[in-house]
Amino acid sequence: MVTKSLSTPTEGIAMILNVQGVTKRFGGLQALTNVTFDLPEGQILGLIGPNGAGKTTLFNVINGVYAPEAGQVIFRGRNMTGKKPYQLAKQGLARTHQVVRPLNELTVRENVIVGACFGRENHRLKQASKIAEEVLNFVGLGGKIDQLAGSLNITEKKRLEMARALAARPYLLLLDEVLAGLNPTEIEYMLNIIRQVRDGGITIIMIEHVMRAVMGVSDRIIVLDYGKQIAEGTPQEVSQDPRVIEAYLGDPKLAKKLMEE
Amino acid sequence: MKRLMNPGLWITLLIVVALGLWPTITRNAATRELVFTILLAIGFASSLNILLGYTGYVSFGHVVFYGLGGYIGMYLFKQYNSPLWIAVPAGGLAAGLLAFILGKSILHLRGGYFALVTIGVNEAMRAFINTLKPFGGPTGIELDFSVYKPYGGAANALWLVYYTAFGLALLFIIISFMIKTSKFGLGLLSIREDEDAAEVMGVIAPNLKTWAFVLSAILPGMLGVLFFFKNGNVEPGDAFRLGFSIENLVMIMLGGQGTVLGPVLGAIVYQRLRGLLLVSPLFKNIQLSVSGVLLLVIVLFIPVGAVGWLRNRFPRLRRVLP
Repeated sequence: MVTKSLSTPTEGIAMILNVQGVTKRFGGLQALTNVTFDLPEGQILGLIGPNGAGKTTLFNVINGVYAPEAGQVIFRGRNMTGKKPYQLAKQGLARTHQVVRPLNELTVRENVIVGACFGRENHRLKQASKIAEEVLNFVGLGGKIDQLAGSLNITEKKRLEMARALAARPYLLLLDEVLAGLNPTEIEYMLNIIRQVRDGGITIIMIEHVMRAVMGVSDRIIVLDYGKQIAEGTPQEVSQDPRVIEAYLGDPKLAKKLMEE
Repeated sequence: MKRLMNPGLWITLLIVVALGLWPTITRNAATRELVFTILLAIGFASSLNILLGYTGYVSFGHVVFYGLGGYIGMYLFKQYNSPLWIAVPAGGLAAGLLAFILGKSILHLRGGYFALVTIGVNEAMRAFINTLKPFGGPTGIELDFSVYKPYGGAANALWLVYYTAFGLALLFIIISFMIKTSKFGLGLLSIREDEDAAEVMGVIAPNLKTWAFVLSAILPGMLGVLFFFKNGNVEPGDAFRLGFSIENLVMIMLGGQGTVLGPVLGAIVYQRLRGLLLVSPLFKNIQLSVSGVLLLVIVLFIPVGAVGWLRNRFPRLRRVLP
């Protein structure tokens, strides 16, 4: 079942995540078919594909929201297939949600404290509060720390998602469209944060539709279409792959235009 | 212990202390009975608030813990002549155990499904006890007057029961506050706000919910023992009266769910209102429908309750009123 992917990095580099032959069905819908890849530590992996391609489903399988029908998820050498989201969180996996999920009636600080308290490092409230302040300043929410999370605007809520995930000090961070709906300045700000996080040693998988951004920041890209991996490689390789252009954009000329933007 | 230095906690405790000492000063049995009812409500509502207000799970059948505790206590009094200080913790323990088993089996249900099952559990327990010979079946358990003798007669025993309820109410208000300001409490609040998101952040929701349920069941179990000991007899219909649970939900909603002060205020106001309605010729028979209407009005217009409304209206109060 295990197919070697095209650009599987050479042995010897530590792999933080191995996804092997993951298959997920919802009733008659084949959401994921035999998805297989390895992720070396310290990289940013871009996950792209048209709407409904199964990107978020793949995240949900990796972090334990869904159990796959077949295949395995190995995180830091441990088989975590079918484990619960909180078990993965304790092992050092954090994620943001495509549709933001702030804990509305809690303050921004408390939201982030939850991340620090219950994540990998299992802090007490006092230390967690300090970490929350640090992380909130880092993502630029330092001024909103004692507001209710429900009162933030959408840009701020996206940053809050990011801060909560970072406060857990994860080894692997799953970012589900953190750039969607942001204006160019905000995108640049967020990309800067993402790069700094990567430079801090955290491995990242990001689902993204903002092409220029994901191409610019990713070390490697995987393209999903109808739940299948149709291409994998460096941003350059992927963007020139005719299958990708066809599946993703339909019109090669349009693709070229988008890439140049 | 620095976090106990919270003005909101002390305001709440002061209110309850003032209320609790009122009959001590008047030495009036009628006042004592009135305040006893209010203290029971304060304790019950504050406990249920841990589940309803902090964790966001509605338990309609919470009276099952009160009834079970009461029965266990009465059985111990009757069969083993147990002293109060053994029977009361035993009632709390039984309620806690039942909550633990229920928590493991039904707390994975969410929202309305969980609420419905709690009603079913209460009804099932009532039907079961109704046929249980050692617990007296439909006629229940009745105590002889002689059980009050070791406490210096019935009059003294009633005061003892009163002060025990008073002490327990104070203790559990402090416990409720400590839960809310702890890491465990933050986990519960995060479950209330978004259980799936909380789990993704590493909150082990199944365990936290079970412990919240257990903690919310212990005091009602103990209060059941006190109430039925004072009452002298227990029957299935009295012990597992669904209306009792629902009245307590009204109190929490009225005062403000999820706050420490809310259930206390709600219990005092609701019990006073109930007392007035019961003596009014117009309302005495439809007293429960008034609480139904009250619940409807609260849910429609101020779902956060009185204290919640104050907190929203004056954000600075958030720090003061936990």
